[in-house]
Amino acid sequence: MPGMAKPAPPTLDHPLTDPVPITPPKPFQSRLRHPSSRKTIYDRNLSRTQTTATSLPAFAYLFHALITHHHSQSGSVSDIETRLNRAGYPLGIKLLDLLLYRQQTANPQRPATRPTRILDLLQFIHTTLWRALWNRTADALEQSTTKKNEYMIVDNEPVVNTYISIPREMSQLNCAAFVAGIMEGLCDAAGFAMEGVTAHWASAQGEARVEGKEEEMWPGKTIFLLRFSEAAVGREEAIKAGGG
Amino acid sequence: MISTRVVFALLIINKAGGLIYTRTFAPGLQRLDSNDYLILAGTFHGIHAISRSINPAPPPPSSTTTNNPSSSTNSLPTHTPAPPPPAPSSTAGNPTRKRPHTTGIESLESSHFRLTCFQSPTGVKFLLFTSPEQPNTDVVVRRCYEMYGDYVMKNPFYSLEMPVRVEKFERAVGGYLVRP
Repeated sequence: MPGMAKPAPPTLDHPLTDPVPITPPKPFQSRLRHPSSRKTIYDRNLSRTQTTATSLPAFAYLFHALITHHHSQSGSVSDIETRLNRAGYPLGIKLLDLLLYRQQTANPQRPATRPTRILDLLQFIHTTLWRALWNRTADALEQSTTKKNEYMIVDNEPVVNTYISIPREMSQLNCAAFVAGIMEGLCDAAGFAMEGVTAHWASAQGEARVEGKEEEMWPGKTIFLLRFSEAAVGREEAIKAGGG
Repeated sequence: MISTRVVFALLIINKAGGLIYTRTFAPGLQRLDSNDYLILAGTFHGIHAISRSINPAPPPPSSTTTNNPSSSTNSLPTHTPAPPPPAPSSTAGNPTRKRPHTTGIESLESSHFRLTCFQSPTGVKFLLFTSPEQPNTDVVVRRCYEMYGDYVMKNPFYSLEMPVRVEKFERAVGGYLVRP
């Protein structure tokens, strides 16, 4: 009906003859799926830990999907490790709060405090975090002999690597970088600035394993290297000098 | 004295008939080169498929109540002097079904070895070469299937249908089948 049409706004040289209608926004629908009992993970008691263990194959399936995704997205070994680290980081931030809350509710007389000293933090990771994640403590906790800002946590057989075999061409890759990310997130949340937490194989994979009997016994032995930043180490020394 | 109960070798054939894994655990079998193994795998795959289809005709519907699992056995003795293989442990035939489920060749026996075949629901076949005296071969081959499920299929770096080069699987199978 050209006679009734209003003059088009002068800004457009070629007016849109057939404008695409804007679809009305869909009403919000929660994608959250509920089990038949209508109890989601958010309805669970935060302190109840005994009955909430996940089955290892279920975890392995999810971890498999995570690794396959990052493997297809990235090229290099270090890139995959960084991505796995980033995937674990948010878990660590939340785990600090959750574990402290559980400590508090388990033992209301003694207030649970955030670890403020490096050694306390390492003990917290070595014992509390490991027990919450894998139901056992880590196998060793060591300080680097050469650098004073480096600490090592050793796990002889990381649970995340139970079903994972690294192909020869990327033998440096250790998928426990995910766990390293959890630790990095936890340390950062506790206020310790980190230079990074990385996961390394104790023995060179695929290389000739000759003498080391311990490496033979634990072929999947993994060392988590925690590198604290200068600020964290400086604060630690200041507290120590102040007699704290 | 050498024990007569020996597990000689394990072969895994993917659902297309390709050989994806072979490992010898004990000397005793004639040495085959890799090409012969591939031919063996392909040939067995074909024979197995035929053996599934030459299932005896199902009994007439009036006699479905007779519990006769032997209609689904397909064990083929190769040598005449060899005793017939024992009845398969699994009663694979469901008498109420129209076409009974058939397993194909489950074991194949000669004077000096027995071949036990286990086919997974997805069509992967596990071939275990043992001495005829080795007991419980079906249990052994199922355990190998379990290890395959654990260390090969749960490994994110294994691509389906490809040759199995998985370190933890090697170690698990070796720990289970290699006699010290």
